[in-house]
Amino acid sequence: MDLKALYREVILDHYKAPRNTTPLVQPDRQADCRNPSCGDKIKLQLKFDNDRVSEVAMLGNGCAISQASASMMTEALKGKTFAEIDRVVEEFRAMIVNGSTEFDRQVLGDLVILEGVAKLHARVKCAMCGWSALDAALHGDGSDVNLDEDREMPASSRG
Amino acid sequence: MMNSESPAGAEVGTALDVNRLRKDFPALRRMVNGHPLVYFDNTAATLKPQSVIDSISRVYSDYPANVHRGIHMLSEEATNAYEEARVKVARFLNAREPDEIVYTLNTTDSINHIAGSWGEANIGPGDEVLVTDMEHHANFVPWQQLCMRKGAKFQVAHVLSSGQLDREDFDSKLNERTKLVACAHVSNVSAVVNPIRELAEQAHRVGAIFVADCAQSVPHMPVDLQALGADFIACSAYKFLAPFGVGILWGRRELLDSMPPYRTGGNMIAEVSREHTRFNVAPHKFEAGTPSIADVIGMGAAIDYLEQWGMQAIYEHEVELSRYMHERLADMPGVRVIGDWFPGKPAIASFHLDYAHPHDVAQFLNEEGVAVRSGLHCAEPLHCALGLSSSTRASLYLYNTHDEIDRMIAAIKTVEEIFA
Repeated sequence: MDLKALYREVILDHYKAPRNTTPLVQPDRQADCRNPSCGDKIKLQLKFDNDRVSEVAMLGNGCAISQASASMMTEALKGKTFAEIDRVVEEFRAMIVNGSTEFDRQVLGDLVILEGVAKLHARVKCAMCGWSALDAALHGDGSDVNLDEDREMPASSRG
Repeated sequence: MMNSESPAGAEVGTALDVNRLRKDFPALRRMVNGHPLVYFDNTAATLKPQSVIDSISRVYSDYPANVHRGIHMLSEEATNAYEEARVKVARFLNAREPDEIVYTLNTTDSINHIAGSWGEANIGPGDEVLVTDMEHHANFVPWQQLCMRKGAKFQVAHVLSSGQLDREDFDSKLNERTKLVACAHVSNVSAVVNPIRELAEQAHRVGAIFVADCAQSVPHMPVDLQALGADFIACSAYKFLAPFGVGILWGRRELLDSMPPYRTGGNMIAEVSREHTRFNVAPHKFEAGTPSIADVIGMGAAIDYLEQWGMQAIYEHEVELSRYMHERLADMPGVRVIGDWFPGKPAIASFHLDYAHPHDVAQFLNEEGVAVRSGLHCAEPLHCALGLSSSTRASLYLYNTHDEIDRMIAAIKTVEEIFA
């Protein structure tokens, strides 16, 4: 994998100018995810209109991969239902966390460009930060997610 | 800020024959992403010379027997080599006697011994323990937790923006209720060198004992325990060329003698009956169970290796590398090093780039074969005190060169091109 190309072609664009960063007024769902070991932090907010995402916002800071992955995610959410979002999360997780090549490219669309991150094991948590916030916003009990405590993530320590 | 002189080509200018000693480290022959490895993560763990690797191999080939047990020859050989390493450590650190040296697993384990044994027996409600904001978590969390268990007050002396200890704040938090002071000899982030002797004398004046975390001093400079002034020190052998699995706890003999064992069981007893156990004497009463024998013996080989070159020569080489590294970093726009430079600063530079996150920096440096660390370096309170969420850290050792620093600087320029 060409790391420079991955950063230059995709990641830096979203890192320097992340999409959908205006905080929502009275979001229907929201959740926070942190990677304390990295210092990544993302708040994800959603508004629904007739079961479909009408507005989305990501607010946070951290490394380029965490912010770019979350930014690209927000672009993929608009107009989708709960079930459709779950499908995207599932396929994205298969691609990044499991390193599978069997994921559904059509469901992921532009997000497949992040496939190379799966090979950067130490960065998988970075790429998943926004996605875990999304998962918690849809299915969680309102509490924050700490990805350092997620046993499905590659082993790491905050030192 | 510093003398500007850029050595090129062969490593020159110090007493160490670095080009020769580099051949002793097999890992330096590795290629990483198509580049010769530049290993700048020595604060976390160092590479191992062939003589250390061979010494471990000899234990497992020739005398892989347990210590302090058998009458048979292999056990006797293992015991002799294991105890010989203790003599080497004592000489290396100028301890009064080998029996003041306790083998542990690592610095964290050493400090847990002090907290769990001396601390449990001597700290009570209303007492105070004083540490600093620049501690590694190993010398912070055990004291914080001890204080919570005992109803004691956990005091933390601040650091100045220069990275140096705030001596006024330290003085104001040291009082007759302070029972123990714990402080790093050298910070693993800013490389600040604390005046342990002065601080220990202050602690002793109020009747407190002094624990020095020497994890980043023992590997890099001559340390003389009888001159240092501390009552306990802790360090990790794998940070000075030795195998993983061994740390050192040194304590004044009278303190070690007065302390209860931290762990009980095999190997640490003198006599056991149904009703009663009499413990062995220090250091053995602290070494419960079968230790990591081959690794202890490998540590002896690491000390032999370091002494062959001399700690003063190693220190001078690293200080020269440090001067050069900080000078090169200071020339780069958008690079901020944590803590001010000072003469004799050990070769650690933790830095932040205005334009890129430390994890992205480390990722791109790895792409160029340069191994650095990114994150909090087990020193979250220090990053918090200095207002940083994380940093990238380059830490050098005796085998590193000016050319390798140039390669790191070139790799940082790549990051700048991509991000800035």
